[in-house]
Amino acid sequence: MLFLSKKQDWLGNIRGDVLAGLVVALALIPEAIAFSIIAGVDPKVGLYASFCIAVITAFIGGRPGMISAATGAMALLMVTLVKDHGLQYLLAATLLTGVFQIIAGYLKLGSLMSFVSRSVVTGFVNALAILIFMAQLPELINVTWHVYAMTAGGLAIIYLFPYLPGIGKTLPSPLVCIVVLTGIAMVLKLDIHTVGDMGQLPDTLPIFLWPEVPRTFETLQIVFPYSAALAVVGMLESLMTATIVDDLTDTASDKNRECKGQGIANIGAGLLGGMAGCAMIGQSIINIKSGGRGRLSTLCAGVFLLIMVVFLGEWLSKIPMAALVAVMIMVSIGTFSWVSIIKLKEHPLSTNVVMVSTVIVVVWTHNLAYGVFVGVLLASLFFANKISHFMVVESKLDEASNTRTYLVVGQVFFNSADKFTAAFDFKEAVEKVVIDLHRAHFWDISSVTALDKVVIKFRREGAEVELIGLNEASSTIVDRFGVHDKPEEIEKVLGGH
Amino acid sequence: MNTNTNLVLACIDGSALTEAVCDYSAWIAQRVDAPLKLLHMIDHHHEAAAHLDLSGNIGLDSQQHLLDELTAAEQQLSKLRLQQGKQLLQTAKERVIQNGIAEPITNQRHGNLVEALIELEDSLRVLVIGMRGKVHENQPDKLGAKLESILRSLHKPVLVVNGAFKAPQRIMIAYDGSKAADKAIDMVATSPLYKGLTCHLVCVSKDDSERQQLLQAAANKLTAAGGIEVITEHLPGKPEQVLCDYQNQHAIDLTVMGAFSHNRLHDLVLGSFTAKMLLNTHKPLLLLR
Repeated sequence: MLFLSKKQDWLGNIRGDVLAGLVVALALIPEAIAFSIIAGVDPKVGLYASFCIAVITAFIGGRPGMISAATGAMALLMVTLVKDHGLQYLLAATLLTGVFQIIAGYLKLGSLMSFVSRSVVTGFVNALAILIFMAQLPELINVTWHVYAMTAGGLAIIYLFPYLPGIGKTLPSPLVCIVVLTGIAMVLKLDIHTVGDMGQLPDTLPIFLWPEVPRTFETLQIVFPYSAALAVVGMLESLMTATIVDDLTDTASDKNRECKGQGIANIGAGLLGGMAGCAMIGQSIINIKSGGRGRLSTLCAGVFLLIMVVFLGEWLSKIPMAALVAVMIMVSIGTFSWVSIIKLKEHPLSTNVVMVSTVIVVVWTHNLAYGVFVGVLLASLFFANKISHFMVVESKLDEASNTRTYLVVGQVFFNSADKFTAAFDFKEAVEKVVIDLHRAHFWDISSVTALDKVVIKFRREGAEVELIGLNEASSTIVDRFGVHDKPEEIEKVLGGH
Repeated sequence: MNTNTNLVLACIDGSALTEAVCDYSAWIAQRVDAPLKLLHMIDHHHEAAAHLDLSGNIGLDSQQHLLDELTAAEQQLSKLRLQQGKQLLQTAKERVIQNGIAEPITNQRHGNLVEALIELEDSLRVLVIGMRGKVHENQPDKLGAKLESILRSLHKPVLVVNGAFKAPQRIMIAYDGSKAADKAIDMVATSPLYKGLTCHLVCVSKDDSERQQLLQAAANKLTAAGGIEVITEHLPGKPEQVLCDYQNQHAIDLTVMGAFSHNRLHDLVLGSFTAKMLLNTHKPLLLLR
């Protein structure tokens, strides 16, 4: 199944895919270098990873037309591992990340994405954009004015070049930016940082290497937490990107296959001396915009990247960091959801809190997994809180028989259980209490316990208690929801409303 | 009566064979007294990009803008296709009404033809489709792009039309003694479609005695069903060649046979008999699965 793909996915759009692959490869090179620098490894680690991940996901990924490579989200998670233990441990962590993702794919954990709400996704991309931008700041602090001028000029080229009539839309403007700035720096012999200062560039094709780490339990202990975080963040960003590509192209993808594909790609990257990566939101958008749709576009991106890097390595080292910073600022601007800022006014407060909390936690911890965790948690709490409002208890007294009848309507669960208990008047001296539950839904054990408490309290006050409709009310306390998925069953359970 | 079961389904795509597909489906629908449905699919081919922008940069809310742009472009294209499809269906509808079908059903759907047909399979009695659609319209040496997948996915009779309509008088059943062939004989015997026609039961093989018996048994079954005039013939040679020659010699109007009884791997190695027949014959083929 993993290697099965439709002919259309490969050959349905050859011209568009090859051209888009080329554009993406050109954009991938500066990104891979920049993300290597974030992670604290030689640029070649990111470049090999980008080649390897792009090529492998082209064949076995679940989303044709999506671009996966070395990414900022992943690079940010590796910083301390590289600093404390070195590159070899990063490669080992990359392998383990792949294993986790393959397992997640087979366990079909991709479906858990449905818990990640829209506002968490927005928070994720905004936080990612902010982190990518922040990672560029070291290159912009304590530098001469040349660097600022170059960066500003680079951004101007990137955004204004496409408006040139004729050639504007035929040449990738980030490439023009890099070529022009490199030319200026070389002609004027400016003394500014270049890519060559940042570490080794690839001079050969990648070679197969088993990570040189001691095969001990201690190694596993070091690597495990990093791999777990990398696996989670990698899958999150990949699945989010897959959804974005699904929407843009109006086609469907196989999310669980994508998880497995990412896993295998990471294992491949780890064995060829590359860092862990995942799908890239910005690059995938560039790919679709450039006309890429099929698997061929991803393959071309990877292959072109390697060819250019290996044969142009010497030139790559001459690229001024300012050009790279300009490209990365573009990626950051393009990734950020600006419309979400405008929409803050329209959206309900709870949604905004979820989005902003996700951003704050990520920027604080530099770990997207924590941000998503907090976001999902908050979103769930807000949801539970909203639902708990949908419960009301009415009552009436029958004076002749001195009987108080309570009618419970709505959702009773852990969050509304206290409200449920508080709705009963235990101080009232009545002989009999009837609690009519046939329009209530008991969702969990908390609600049943609350009901027990209410009954016991009334009995202690000397009242007779009669429950009506308990069976209907508690039929929602099932964990095996598969049984209730049929429309008539749902009608039976929720029919009271 | 639920009109949506037991359908004669005709696939319309506006290629050269569309008119013949209409005529043949009307002929079948009348003879078996089943409702006729005309289907037109709008296959969007999302795999291909409509326009290229190689500027390679992303700016403020690029994703949203790109989505809006792609949606707007596709909306226009889809509207145009919807319109064209409606006209096609209207023309086809008028044609089958002229051919005597009182109330043809027309249906237009988005998506892939093969997937749509698999969904509709349960409501099908027989599918009528042109041998090649728009893609291979002018390439007589090619079969339709989706024909083989359709034939392999469906388990209902499929009439593959490859030329202008001529009301069938003489039909030929290609018989090889296999289970699939016997099933085909049963279907022919019980269907009202073949009543009053002359049926040439042709078997091409080397081995005489056993096949001869099977052939005779099949012929008896058809004769017993009544209303069919049966002629049997046992010939040696290369089946697809012999059958096509026989077709020409005896002015056969329609060939009935089992189809794709082997799996893909077998056919990949040895070549599929059905595919060879489809390419060589000049008369419509009714494939029974």
